[in-house]
Amino acid sequence: MGRYLGRRLLELIPVFFGVLLVVFIITRLTPGDPAVVMLGEKATPEAVARLREVLGLNEPLPVQFLRYLGRTVQGDLGRSIQSNERVLVELIARFPATIELTFAAMLIASGVGILTGVIAAARQNSWFDGVSMITALFGFSMPIFWLGIMLILLFASYLGWFPISGRLDYTIDLARQTNLYFVDALLARNWAAAANVLRHLVLPAVTLSTVPLAIIARMTRSSLLEVLRQDYVRTARAKGLTEGGVIARHALRNAFIPVITVIGLNVGSLLGGAILTETIFAWPGIGRLVVDAIFARDYPLVQGAVLVIALLFVLVNLLVDLSYAYLDPRIRYG
Amino acid sequence: MRYRFRILVPVLLLTAALLIAPVNLQGAAMARTSWDAKACGATGGTLVFAQADDAVSLDPNDIEDGFSVNIDSNMFDTLVRFRADGTQVEPSLAESWSVSADGKTWTFKLRAGVKFHDGTPFNAEAVKFTYDRQINNKHPYFPGAAPYASFSYQNVTKVDAVDAQTVRFNLSAPFAPFLTNMAMFSTAIVSPTAVKKYGKDFFKNPVGTGPFRFVEWVKKDHVTMAANQDYWAGRPCVDRLIARAIPDNTVRLLELENRSVHVIDQVNPPDYERIRKNKDLVLFTGPGLNTGYIALNVEKSPFNDVRIRRAVNYAVNKAALIRAFYAGVGAPAKNPIPPTIWSYNDAVPAYEYSVEKAKQLLAEAGYPNGFSTELWWPNRARPYLTQPPKIAEALQAQLAAAGIRARLVTFEWGTYLEKIRNAEHSMAIIGWIGDNGDPDNFLYVLLDKDNAEKGKANNYAFYKSEAVHSLLIKAQQVGEQSQRAALYRQAQVIIHNDAPWVPLVHAARVAAYRKAVQNYFPHPLEIRWLHRVWLAR
Amino acid sequence: MAERAALLGRPAAPRAATGFYGDAWRRLRRNRAAMGGLGVVLVFGLAAVFASLVAPADPIAQDLDARLLPPTRAHLLGTDDLGRDLLSRIIYGGRVSLTVGIVSVGLALAIGTLLGLIGGYYGRWADSVTMRTMDIMLAFPATLLAIFIVGVRGPGLNNAMLAIGVINIPIFARIVRGSVLRVRQEDFVEAARALGASHARILGRHILPNTLAPLIVQATLGVGSAVLEAAGLSFLGLGAQAPTPEWGAMLTNTREFLRDAPWAATFPGIAILLTVVGFNLLGDGLRDSLDPRLRQ
Repeated sequence: MGRYLGRRLLELIPVFFGVLLVVFIITRLTPGDPAVVMLGEKATPEAVARLREVLGLNEPLPVQFLRYLGRTVQGDLGRSIQSNERVLVELIARFPATIELTFAAMLIASGVGILTGVIAAARQNSWFDGVSMITALFGFSMPIFWLGIMLILLFASYLGWFPISGRLDYTIDLARQTNLYFVDALLARNWAAAANVLRHLVLPAVTLSTVPLAIIARMTRSSLLEVLRQDYVRTARAKGLTEGGVIARHALRNAFIPVITVIGLNVGSLLGGAILTETIFAWPGIGRLVVDAIFARDYPLVQGAVLVIALLFVLVNLLVDLSYAYLDPRIRYG
Repeated sequence: MRYRFRILVPVLLLTAALLIAPVNLQGAAMARTSWDAKACGATGGTLVFAQADDAVSLDPNDIEDGFSVNIDSNMFDTLVRFRADGTQVEPSLAESWSVSADGKTWTFKLRAGVKFHDGTPFNAEAVKFTYDRQINNKHPYFPGAAPYASFSYQNVTKVDAVDAQTVRFNLSAPFAPFLTNMAMFSTAIVSPTAVKKYGKDFFKNPVGTGPFRFVEWVKKDHVTMAANQDYWAGRPCVDRLIARAIPDNTVRLLELENRSVHVIDQVNPPDYERIRKNKDLVLFTGPGLNTGYIALNVEKSPFNDVRIRRAVNYAVNKAALIRAFYAGVGAPAKNPIPPTIWSYNDAVPAYEYSVEKAKQLLAEAGYPNGFSTELWWPNRARPYLTQPPKIAEALQAQLAAAGIRARLVTFEWGTYLEKIRNAEHSMAIIGWIGDNGDPDNFLYVLLDKDNAEKGKANNYAFYKSEAVHSLLIKAQQVGEQSQRAALYRQAQVIIHNDAPWVPLVHAARVAAYRKAVQNYFPHPLEIRWLHRVWLAR
Repeated sequence: MAERAALLGRPAAPRAATGFYGDAWRRLRRNRAAMGGLGVVLVFGLAAVFASLVAPADPIAQDLDARLLPPTRAHLLGTDDLGRDLLSRIIYGGRVSLTVGIVSVGLALAIGTLLGLIGGYYGRWADSVTMRTMDIMLAFPATLLAIFIVGVRGPGLNNAMLAIGVINIPIFARIVRGSVLRVRQEDFVEAARALGASHARILGRHILPNTLAPLIVQATLGVGSAVLEAAGLSFLGLGAQAPTPEWGAMLTNTREFLRDAPWAATFPGIAILLTVVGFNLLGDGLRDSLDPRLRQ
């Protein structure tokens, strides 16, 4: 297990080098001088020249890349061109918002998705099966920005059940330590704030969860159906176990492997979806940060954010692989 | 920053009466003539202001975007300030000033007893420090980019702290707009103690002398400010000011309707009617300080022919554009400068919408069947261009009616600016937002031959008129405003006849707010100073 | 598994293929959901192909005096904010959206298959290089990668297609590589190799046909998600540019009127929804009918 983990971690090095190189090349290939973008209509030639010098954009590209690589290895991601903030600080401030949102979305997607999938499989061809699978189909066939706006109009504006946008009411004071507001509220034992955070989370998390929820529900159902056809399940049934007992004690565990894979893969699409969701719900997360940074040609910020996203991504996939070992004792890592 | 000013800010259709008095355009009942503290009808409460994006930086010396300007301007002061009702300046941190006979030395007498939020006394050293840190990028406290320094300190060679309350600006040549530049956000005075204490982190620990002091900044979410009880001009009316960032137009309006926000910016034109109908909300519209236009590249055939340029002018139906895309709230443009700026020449006749005249001119110029060309448009909404793709589409259709078959071409914002600066376009939709209310800021910057060098141009028409040039240079050097105005009026006539542009629209400044919000008059410069706003109980 | 190997192991002579795909088609026809999906896809597809005959009006002809009209007999689905006939725009928009879906998936299919074949068949360093490259691509969330590509090449329909194509390459490469690794060891491939067949012949005649089934399924599902991806790019202003009627752009441009003119934002949304549902139903049906495990 330890050796396996070590090998997997070693394999990450070339991937990360590749990510760094790709991001560097892409940002430099992108037309549009960050100095010009930043100065807009008002750019005077002197201001552009001065800004380029300040930003170190006049050096040859290989030099820029090596500098960047050297600094990154030392943990220095540089400063944002636009705000002059340290990229690391910027990421630490913004990433938790996205983590909180994606975590909530993943929780909804996994919980509701697996439950729906299991019931649908247990009662194959029932009305529940039909309705839930059709709903799931529509769930991942819908543009989520459209869904988000409609949820806001219905549940926030018309019914008034949830706040319209943002993470926390300004009337509530909350010491921000982790920037995961829910965690902060619990740490401060501020239950009103915790409830407020949850209310703000509901609509964006539901919006973001639709696609993975639908996929997980379908995957759970089909995977479980497949397992239920296997010999050992038939044996268990023959031994007189109830259908519920069969599913709970034998089938679920094995059916989870593809489901876990799907969950892992969907963390990526969640981050993609977060870009759209965060824009609609005025959610100050990493998705908006990255898009804004790309448009502003804020190279250090883009590079830093993408690096961290890629890191997260790869780690999630590693976790997924490791969870196989837990779920299926036949899989051994050596 | 794609969301910056995603939708924006159109204008009151100017009535004839308003055109006569170009500056105070809000109507007599609403006009506010001063920043007088006595205007507070009530004190206390929290005012929540929402715009489409967050500040980029809270260091006023290091910003260029409107969102940052709106926030930072509430925490900082400048030597002189724009009057509450227009673009003329009045004393602020400087109580008085004088200029030498040769126009090259400006001396300011500073207000005594003013303190920064951190207790540091405000004095001549602070003014000098603010200048020095921006103008020299080797300065230990250079703010990172100081994007506006070369603009706002144009011609300034040196700043001397004569004594604690006296500061002297030395200029290389007389420069008439200098004084208004000293009212611009970029010259706001920062606390030297705080800058030295926070170093590169000053941008998130701002310390000024302004009406509000900084409390908290949660990026892309909100900035919280608290009333500066010791503000030299009297404390602001509300206790707290919160500036929220809500990028989606619909969501921003929903928050306003929902009472969770008091004032919003970047109101979407299709929503005007909904706001007007809501008895709890007020829609403010006033003339803006901007011009949207089509730059015709006079170096490219057939736009090197003035008849073609005039034909394009006749072919555009500005009223229809304003009706459709500015919800009827905007002024059709005929001059490069908006009527809110002094020296606006109302005697210049507009090219009226006339397909016949356009066709006739095309025929005279040798194109009886019209011609094919390109119409470039920027892929980013700007205050003067609320809905770029739709406006471009409509223009394309209008030009086609006159026989000008234009293919629509667009690029991302940064690329777009680079390309039109390089004169790669034939016709390009672009615009300008006034920085300081001075005509020089439009006419010299956008239409002088000095600014028509490829690769660096702001003069996107590449219009090089000696006559205009000599008028504009002269106007920079004479001190008297009435003389300058006369020169600018002449320049506008020449520009009208040469038609290097199709001036399209002066978009209104628009804001929506709840009825409880009192004494809120969005400033003509589009900067949201909120210290004299109070909340009715 | 033996049964599956036997089935897939059959050399892909034309007659045999007809048998397999003929069976699959018969199974598909019995699947009502899949046929429903096919029907939806065909309706939108045919409308797109014959748009100029079907559409009642010019999709880009503006009438600024007829903005945001509700559905009437003259405009069955109403008009948008430039006074354009929505029904016509949706019909022509189908042409654009389906083209985006098909072209981008075609691109991903072609490049992904090539990379998968090379990696899977030649193995060793060829495999390492292609798969590590795929890993790097997969380390970016797809939407982010698409935004990057459009950022480099500029916004517009062609670049959006390119971007969506590129982000889908790894899926196809992995599917093909997996199949190749399985098939490569089969007896008939060994036999062909022993008989001195060239690499190209082995790949083209023996291996590729046997990876076709999962590719068909993935391509069908991929078209649906590509339509959605394109809509997302349009939402960010990076997709189709005016006046091109693309569904995502139509949805984005009219969603600000959702409260005042709900039809303008609803009909393009429904068009996207139905089309994607159609492709998904069809893809699911194809998976069932092409998956030999269910053929019992």
